[in-house]
Order: sequence, then C-alpha cells, then structure tokens
Amino acid sequence: MDFQIALILFQDGITSGAIYTMLALGFVLIFTTTRIIFASYGDLIAYAALTLHALQNGRLPGTVFLVAVLAIVATLAEVYRLARAGAPRRIPGALVRWLALPLAPALLGFLLQGTDLPAPAEMALTVLLVLPIAPLLYRIVFQPIATASTLTLLIVALVLHYVISGLALMFFGPEGVRTAAFIRGSVNILGFHIQAQLIAVLAAAAVLSVGLALFFMKTIPGKALRATAYNRDGARLVGISTDRAGGIAFILGGFIAAIVGILIGSSVTIYYDSGLMIGLKGFVGAVLGGFVSYSMAAIGSILVGLTEAYASFFASAFKEIIVFLAIIPIVLVRVFLSRTPVEEEEEH
Amino acid sequence: MAHDLHANSAAGGAWKRNAAICVVAAALLAVPALLGSFAVSLFNLVGIYAITTLGLTLLTGSGGVTSFAQAAFMGVGAYTSTYFSLRLGLDPWLGLLAALALTGLCAAIMGAVTLHLGGHYLPITTLAWAVALFMVFGNLTAVGGHSGIGDIPPITVFGFALDRPHKAFYLVWGVLILTLFGAANLLSSRQGRAISALRGGAALAESLGINAFRLRLVLFLLAAELACVAGWMFAHTQSFISPTSFDLNQGMQILLMSVLGGVGNILGALAGAAAVTFGKNAIQDLVPMLGLNAGTFEIVIFGIAFILIIHKAPKGLSPVLGRFLPAAPRPPLGKGGADGLHFTRTAAPGGTEVLLQVKNLQKRYGGLVAVDDVSFEVRPATIHAIIGPNGAGKSTTFDLISGMQAPTSGTVHFNGRQITGTPARGLIARGLSRTFQHVRIRPNHSLLENVMMGAHWRMRTGFAAGILRLDRKEERAFAGIAHAALRDVGLDADPHAKAGNLALGPQRLLEIARALASDPRMVILDEPAAGLRAQEKQALAALLRRMREAGVTILLIEHDMDFVMGLADRIVVLEFGRLLATGTPDEIRSNERVQAAYLGEDV
Repeated sequence: MDFQIALILFQDGITSGAIYTMLALGFVLIFTTTRIIFASYGDLIAYAALTLHALQNGRLPGTVFLVAVLAIVATLAEVYRLARAGAPRRIPGALVRWLALPLAPALLGFLLQGTDLPAPAEMALTVLLVLPIAPLLYRIVFQPIATASTLTLLIVALVLHYVISGLALMFFGPEGVRTAAFIRGSVNILGFHIQAQLIAVLAAAAVLSVGLALFFMKTIPGKALRATAYNRDGARLVGISTDRAGGIAFILGGFIAAIVGILIGSSVTIYYDSGLMIGLKGFVGAVLGGFVSYSMAAIGSILVGLTEAYASFFASAFKEIIVFLAIIPIVLVRVFLSRTPVEEEEEH
Repeated sequence: MAHDLHANSAAGGAWKRNAAICVVAAALLAVPALLGSFAVSLFNLVGIYAITTLGLTLLTGSGGVTSFAQAAFMGVGAYTSTYFSLRLGLDPWLGLLAALALTGLCAAIMGAVTLHLGGHYLPITTLAWAVALFMVFGNLTAVGGHSGIGDIPPITVFGFALDRPHKAFYLVWGVLILTLFGAANLLSSRQGRAISALRGGAALAESLGINAFRLRLVLFLLAAELACVAGWMFAHTQSFISPTSFDLNQGMQILLMSVLGGVGNILGALAGAAAVTFGKNAIQDLVPMLGLNAGTFEIVIFGIAFILIIHKAPKGLSPVLGRFLPAAPRPPLGKGGADGLHFTRTAAPGGTEVLLQVKNLQKRYGGLVAVDDVSFEVRPATIHAIIGPNGAGKSTTFDLISGMQAPTSGTVHFNGRQITGTPARGLIARGLSRTFQHVRIRPNHSLLENVMMGAHWRMRTGFAAGILRLDRKEERAFAGIAHAALRDVGLDADPHAKAGNLALGPQRLLEIARALASDPRMVILDEPAAGLRAQEKQALAALLRRMREAGVTILLIEHDMDFVMGLADRIVVLEFGRLLATGTPDEIRSNERVQAAYLGEDV
C-alpha cells in the first residue's frame, strides 16, 4: 500500500465515519430520550435511498403506501385514546397531526407521479416522504410500551426491522439500486485530490451537528428533550410530555436518516435489507461513545469508518467481521481507561 | 420422574401441583404416538430452542445480563460434535463431552474479557463474538464450510439409535424437563437468591458478600453449556447443519423467544420457544392460503404478531400463563430460633475495646475535598450517630467505611483489623452489615427469601448442589434463622408475603432483618428514619435499642435530630467534610459550634 492508496482509503474512511457519526447522533438522540435502541433505524436510510431512486426513475415509491397505512393506524389509535380519555375536542387536532401532516407529502408524491422533477425537488420530496415514518412508528409501536424494559424495547425494535425491511422487499423488490450521483469528481486542495462527495458529507455532518447543538441549547423543545434524557420522571413532574419529547426525537432521527440515505445512495448499492448493517455500524459508533456523549460517539464512528476502509483494502471478504471484532479491544480500552462504575438497570 | 423430583417438597396443595405435572407429562409422552413425523420434529425443535432460551432466561431475567451469542454457542456444540462423529468416527456422546469442554473454554474466555463491562457494552460485545464465531464456522472446511454438512449420525442410547423424530423426542424433552427442574431448583437455592440480589444492583450484591463478576461468569458459562447441549441435539437430530443455523439472526431469534416468553419465569423459555416455532410454522401455512407471497409476508406477519403480543403483555407470555398454573410450593419455614435476638460474634456491652476506628480519613474528588481528616471511634454495643447539614460529607464517610469507595488517605480499622479499601463484599463476613438509604430489597421475593440473602455468606451451597436440590438441610436451618430475624423486627405475620407489597417503613425493617441474619458485629444504617411516620420511628428506635442490648453495635447516619438525640450514645457532627464535634447527645446539644452550624452564626 503506497501513500496515495492510503490517502484514498483515509478519505473513504472519513466519509463513512462522517456518515456513521450522523447515524450515531440519531441513535444517541433517540436512546437518551426514549431508552429505545432503535435497531430498525438503518431501514429508514434504505427507504430514503430506495425512494430517491424510484423518484429518479419516474416510479411511485412504495414509501407512499407505507406512510399512508402508518398514518391511518396512528390516527385510529390516537382518536380511540382521546375518545376514551373523554377529550373529543382534541380529535380535530389529532387528525391534523397524525393524518393530514404525514399524508400531505404522500399525496404530493402520488400526484407528481411520473413528472420529471429537478434533482433538488426529488431530494426534498424524499426527505418529506421518509420523515413521517419514524414518528409514526414511535406512536404505533413504542409509545404504548414506553415503560417496558430496555431489553424489551430493543427486541421490539429488532423485530420492527424485519417488518419494515420485509415491506421494503414488497415495495421495491429484491434488486439493489444506486441513485444518480448529484455530486461527483474531486477538488484539488493543497495538492491533494479530495473527493467532492467527502466534502458534501462533511458539510452535511457539520450542519446537522451544529443545528442539533443549537436546537438543544437554544430552543424550548430542545431543552425539553435534554430534560427528558436526563431524568424522565423529573421532566414529567415539570410538565414535559415525555411522549411528545419521544416524538420529536424520532422526527429528528428520521430527518437525519433521510439525509444520510440521500448522501450514500449514489456511492453504495442499497438493497431492501441493507439498513441493518449500516445502522449497526452507527450503533457501534454510538456504543464506543458510551451511548450518552455526542462527541465521543462522533470519535467512535470515525474509528469505525476508518477500520472499515482499511479492512476492505486488506481483507475485503472480512470487512464487516473486522469492524465488529474491532469493537472488543476498543471497548476494553475504553472501559479500563474510564473506570466508570458498572451500573445496570435495576429491576423494579 | 418428574413426580419423584418434587415429592419431597410436599406442602399444602402440593398434590394438585403434582397431579398437574403428571397430566402434562402424560400428554407429552403421548405426543410421538399421536402426531406425524413433521409435527414431532417441530416439537423437537421447540425443546431444543427452549433449552437454549432457558440459558438466556437465567442470564437475562435473573442475572440482568443480555447476550446475542447464545445461537453461536449452539453452533460450537453442534460443530464440535459433528467433527468428532463425522471426521474422527467417534460416538456422539464423546462428541458431547468435547463440545461441553470447548464451549466452556470459549465462554470462560469471552466472559472473563467482557463481563467486567456493564450497560450496553456487554450486549454489543456478545454481538461481536457471535459474528466472529459465525466466521469461524464458515471457514471450517473439514465440516462443510459455508455450504454446511449433512449425514450427521444420530445419537444412540444403549445401542438404540435415535434416528427418527419420534425417538429423538424422548431425549430432547427428557433433557428439557430435567433442565427446567434444575433451573427451578437453582433459583430457589442460595445461589438463586444471590442471582436475584445481583438484579437489584451491584451495590446490594456486594454488600451481601456476593462476588458479582464471578456470579455473572458462572451464569454465562451455564447459559453457554445449555446452548451447547441444545446445539449437540440439533446437529444429531436434524442430521444437517450449516453456519446460518447459528448466525446472528438466530442469536436474535433466541433473544426474541426469551422476551416473548418473559424473562421473569423459567417456563417463559418454553413458552417463547413454542410460540415462535409453532407461530412461524402456522404463518408459513397460512400465508400461501391467503394468496400472498410466502417468503416476503411471513416475516412481516410474524413481526406484527410479535409486536401485538408484546403490547398486550410487555413482560412476555409467562405472567399471563402463570395465572393458570397451580401455585409453587412454599419453602419450609424451619424450626426457628429461640425468641429474642441472639448473635454469636457480638461483644458484651460496656467493653473498653474499640470496634470501629476511623483515623484521619480523607476523600478528594479532584480539587474537592469531600471528607477531610475525620477521626472517631465506636465502642461495642453502643449506638453511634453521624449527623451534619447537607453536603457535610456524611454519605461519603459512610461509603468509605462500608467499602463502596476507597479513601484518598487515612485508615479504617474494624474489630482490630485494617479494612481500609477492602471491597464492600469482604465486609459482611467480618461482621459489618449495612442497610441502604433507598431501600434495596427484591420485590418479587418473599420476606423470608429477602432475609435469607443476608445469611448468604454463612451458607455453603454451591451451584451444583443447588441444582440437584442437595441443600434442604441447610435451607431449613437458615430459613429458621431468617424467620427468627423477621420475628425480631416484627414482620413474621406472613413470611411468605411478597416483599414488594410492604410499605416503606416495614421495608426498612426488612433490610434490618436481613442485616441481622448475617450474624453482625455492627450494623451501619443510612438514614433509617427517612420517610417514616412518627409511630414507625418509635418502633425503629425500640428495635435499635434491643439490638444494642443484644450486643450489636450500631452506626447510623441521620437527618432527624429528635430521633438521634433520644437514641444515640455518642454523636459525630460533620460540617464541610470536617469533624465539628463529637460527644454525648447532651454535649452536642450544648456545643456552640454545632448550634452555629445548625441555626446560624448568631446563636
């Protein structure tokens, strides 16, 4: 391996690392707010890439049907809950929030079927179509069991992955897709060829990180999320709806997943079930960051990306395995260095 | 056989339970006679997966540890035995021995490396191990590599080859029933209570003298060996194996079975394995009938069904099914000691020797000095209190004495021996027992079992003896001691009641009873009166006085001044981490510095 190849691999590694960083942000965001290790998170990325590909090829993405079904189920659940709680006046609001809002982009996608859209419009529509999936899943699947053990929540999220990717197989078929590249070539900076995609990914990661930081520091919903993450019961005592905080976390997580899906769709072939592996790597990054710290999660994710890039050069058949095996020494070093006390979730 | 195992647990209503067990056993015996080959092989799969899941139920539900590697351990069992029988031409039973040894070795190494890690680290490292073992199986070209290997010979029992599902059924379900009884025995034994204590947090387990790491390691080994046995039966009953039978997806499926069945009950393992295996099969039959594409829809429908079940039963199927099962037999109460408090290690009151000596104790957190140069002595059979305003360093001092934290400098001597920096679990055997400010009891266990946890260090039963139920004599003896301790604190009305149903006051008394069952020299109590009503405080004070009369030394941290002033023989006052005053309640009351600290400068 000469310096040139090492440099290219380094760029690849940083690109994947930045992607996994964004995913890790989503994982940590959702986990700290809701205690859910959202194992089906990667599927949203696959949906975003598959949706964009369908739009680019003038087909109606199956995402439209998924969102429609989820919106109807969520609306029924919400209306039933409000009717039983004796609050029928809040039903119109629920109809707007759970039916009209998620269905609007789906309807738009349905109407624009076959139209040749400019690339930015296709991407925007992709984001709008994928965005409602996560909060709708949260409402339907997780909110009713919000107090269950972390293990139960994790297993439900894993099962959800099989459901969501199974539906993706129905909607999009078994073929892998690559979206048309929106950015290609390389830029010469100080004599180094830097891939343009790397710059786009880094810019997206930077914008998302800064945006999230501002959201957490400056806005009331952001502060409510932090409060919920810090102490659920305490947050509830001061009037923060933990259900709503969970919903916001899932919306933000869904947004991140949609962006990531669009960013990687042109450089990685995405199959209906590619989400789990991609998501797992973001998850590994989050774990290496101790699952609570955003900055440590970013460092962990970059490590995962670099490991993967160099492993794919030296032993491409074992790429995935090397990434997972690298967990063990990294975790060990982390634990022995930090000496954090082992605290398990206590059973009540 | 099932009947025999339970015959000696005779208690009221036991015949009903035994009758139910006989009916189930008879129904199971009839399965191979009544059903076809395919249905029986499904039953065999249920049995095999139930054994694997049982390991996880023990590990997760009782020990609080989650693992993705259970299917991978099945693979170790299956591949080792296959190699022995196909490549070396040896009997599967020899293969089993080799498989058990190899699995034990793998699990011991994996456990030793990863079980120190808490929280999310452990599940993710088992995930990594599962992926790694899958890679190993795929590269074992001698036994088929990635494409798998067939023609694995059946197991023979006394020259009788179990070459058809009907024959293998008796082996699989025999092993399953034996392991279920073994697990039930284990959980109701000394080690079972230790496992449960572990679930209540490491602090509780360590305070009872339980080595949390070692206990987890044994559980991890036990789970791996169960998976190994299941994998061995899988290979020799299916006669074909490939790495995909033991991949990460399968590991997740085992986890799924344990959650669906419910990790709170060992029968959950059977319920989960049966629900998943039969449910998947039913969906496979159903989907084509509805005219749907089988491969795609199966997993979607199965997933939706799973989520709906968990919505209705978040703790899994076993609590729901448990309502239909006859009640478990109650453990014997034992003869019970004589009335009144009796301890073997306490000193006579009025002695001049020092039981606890704290010398120049200091604890720094970076620049913050939480405890600074604190020294005091506690004499036997006295009540000693540590008081002080919030942030005075009381709790840190408590942690330094009880071994929860190590001091930066200074020494603690107990009963003439230095205990500075001794881990918490080493103290109970030396006679130092503690209670917790936020009560740590096991809500789903009986009062009696909770108190018996305090006597853990005094008992001897190990894992093997617990599983084989060889611990009855010791259990009866210590049930008696625990019953006496319950009587001492006034909680003996129903020793078999669930501890979680008690109000806060009685829960604190239960913790004290647990400490008493440890045959203590000294009990240290962290804010025992917090949250108690006036009457409960009086009862608590009376109990502490009786303990003092019986020779137990008491050190307590308390906020409630009235409670302390009327009770303590000597008081230590801390402020800003420093010793402000020591003396009798009267001396403390008239101490101007104490008055200034508590009431403001101008008194």
